[in-house]
Amino acid sequence: MADNVKVDNYMENEDILLDVRNLCQYFKSGVGRNRIVVKAVDDVSFKIPRGKTFGLVGESGCGKTTTGRTIIRLYKATSGEVIFEGKDIAGKLNADEKREVTRSIQMIFQDPISSLNPRMTIQEIIGEGLIINKVCKTDEEVREVCLKMIRTVGLADDHLTRYPHEFSGGQRQRIGIARTLATNPKLIIADEPISALDVSIQAQVLNLLNDLKKEMGLTILFIAHDLSVVKYFSDYIGVMYMGHLVEQGTPEEIYGNPIHPYTKALLSAIPEPDPYFEKWRDFVVYDPSVHDYSVNKPSMHHIEGTHSVYLSEPELEIYVGKKAE
Amino acid sequence: MSREKILEVKDLTVSFNTYAGKVQAVRGNTFDLYKGEVLAIVGESGSGKSVTVKTLMGIAGNNAVIERGTAMYKGQDLTKNTEKDWEKIRGREIAMIFQDPLSSLNPIKKIGKQIAEIFTILHKMPKDEAKKRSLELMEAVGIPEPEKRYEQYPFNFSGGMRQRIVIAIALASNPTILICDEPTTALDVTIQAQVLHLIGDLQKNTGVSTIFITHDLGVVAHVADRIAVMYAGKIVEYGTAEDIFYNPQHPYTWSLMASMPDTDLSSEEELYSLQGTPPNMLHPPEGDAFAERNQWALKIDFEEDPPMFKVSDTHYASTWLLHPNAPKVDRPALLDRRIANSMKRKEARANG
Repeated sequence: MADNVKVDNYMENEDILLDVRNLCQYFKSGVGRNRIVVKAVDDVSFKIPRGKTFGLVGESGCGKTTTGRTIIRLYKATSGEVIFEGKDIAGKLNADEKREVTRSIQMIFQDPISSLNPRMTIQEIIGEGLIINKVCKTDEEVREVCLKMIRTVGLADDHLTRYPHEFSGGQRQRIGIARTLATNPKLIIADEPISALDVSIQAQVLNLLNDLKKEMGLTILFIAHDLSVVKYFSDYIGVMYMGHLVEQGTPEEIYGNPIHPYTKALLSAIPEPDPYFEKWRDFVVYDPSVHDYSVNKPSMHHIEGTHSVYLSEPELEIYVGKKAE
Repeated sequence: MSREKILEVKDLTVSFNTYAGKVQAVRGNTFDLYKGEVLAIVGESGSGKSVTVKTLMGIAGNNAVIERGTAMYKGQDLTKNTEKDWEKIRGREIAMIFQDPLSSLNPIKKIGKQIAEIFTILHKMPKDEAKKRSLELMEAVGIPEPEKRYEQYPFNFSGGMRQRIVIAIALASNPTILICDEPTTALDVTIQAQVLHLIGDLQKNTGVSTIFITHDLGVVAHVADRIAVMYAGKIVEYGTAEDIFYNPQHPYTWSLMASMPDTDLSSEEELYSLQGTPPNMLHPPEGDAFAERNQWALKIDFEEDPPMFKVSDTHYASTWLLHPNAPKVDRPALLDRRIANSMKRKEARANG
């Protein structure tokens, strides 16, 4: 499988913060004849340059959340490398390295209600990571950082002494973001941070994330299923289907010239707020059986720029024409 | 064009008795549903859109009180219905598709039985005929191998397939009104597109009048003939899909539209974000409920609730900005650009 990596040549001049190489995450269950191996993430490779946002899209169950969780070491990777700041963090690490990794990679979760402990005050929630990771030594220091964070996300100082149930969904997600930012992480994994929120609140949280991204130069792995949001928010996009990254590139490349049939189907399914357009929309259905991989195995092929697509050689000729090398 | 009115709702007001007091969930809604059309009700969670339609199904709950208003259906006022009357209407004349297809199916009963029981119980059909009709229905909603699927349980079905079953059940007794309460919110985009397509096709073939509830404006643009925008229990704007999308008048409609990213939006631009949260309906504020979050609010908005102003024969909006003496304000720039883009696309299409 190692020869599948043909995308190494792009982003050469960029300062790469996270480099995921041939990451696999298989879940096994059952014994003997009932043994099942679910390939949740299968041979996924992508890079995120420092200060950029990589959007991971795909339908539910395609492995996008698993990818994020494997990167942050919530699951032990089956195989592959996760190179963070030039160091592989997928394997065994000693205690210091572990602390360094858990401090520098933080996660924003989908559900702002269940991801905050109902019995802790907001200061305890935001400060917990600071104490566990030994970022702050004294209580005053913790309080100072908490105050700074709560202001950064647009809440008031007196909110620190309150409990999560006193806040609305949008405010809770802001608290989740404040907690994420408290340890001053280098990489943030945002797992569907707005899909549990109302439309008008979604815009508030998106704008906040966008501002923070610009001000603090955050590097974000943005996991979502809403394509218009991902396009708006990301510098690079990866489309996942059944554990594979089937197409990746900049939003312009993906939206302007989608190549993989699944990407085409996904793009054709985005509802647009325009009734006339909706009346004539052509809607493409993706049928995985169009791929015949019995003879020619698919692999990642570089198209141009940062754009690459997961297809077999004959398919490449059909979808791209002869211009691919 | 004179169309047949199927349902005429006037000044419908519903509140809930709770320990904390009276929650005013729906406050004086007036709308009509014509034969064969799709009326979409749009709004945030808690704006009262589900309560409105649940009242029309008689399932709003025991603590719901219909304070005022009428809902005329075939010469009968639905708000005065007793439980006995509802049994003749619910599921037969007015059917409903719920948001979560998993929890609206019985997990320990075979799929086929769940569809067939509509025919055997509701329509007193013999068993084998009911089975035949059920298989036809499954075929119609696009379930492959209906014979095999008939014997399976809900857990054997994916989310999209489950929603198709729910649609089949809703359509089993050929209702005159179909109520869809966020039928695609729990589904993936690609599946959502398929299900919307299916609902659209069935709707055209059977001519059923549909009330479609959603908060996704993209979905609304796809399905709706007419749209009602709700905020804090009130319809604030009401018109055809073209009126609402290309000529919105109410500031709330503006903010709702401008807060949604579309594929033309570049990441340099800021989305329009509505500040604050919807009001507490235990004590709805004086005047316009939206005034506090409205950057275009006038002084009168805080004092008096605006009436419905007429924009055109099909288009109404409840905002003081439409009063002849009101100052002229500009819509969010993002919205103007999007409307201009849509118009360009439309012209390009018309010219081939």
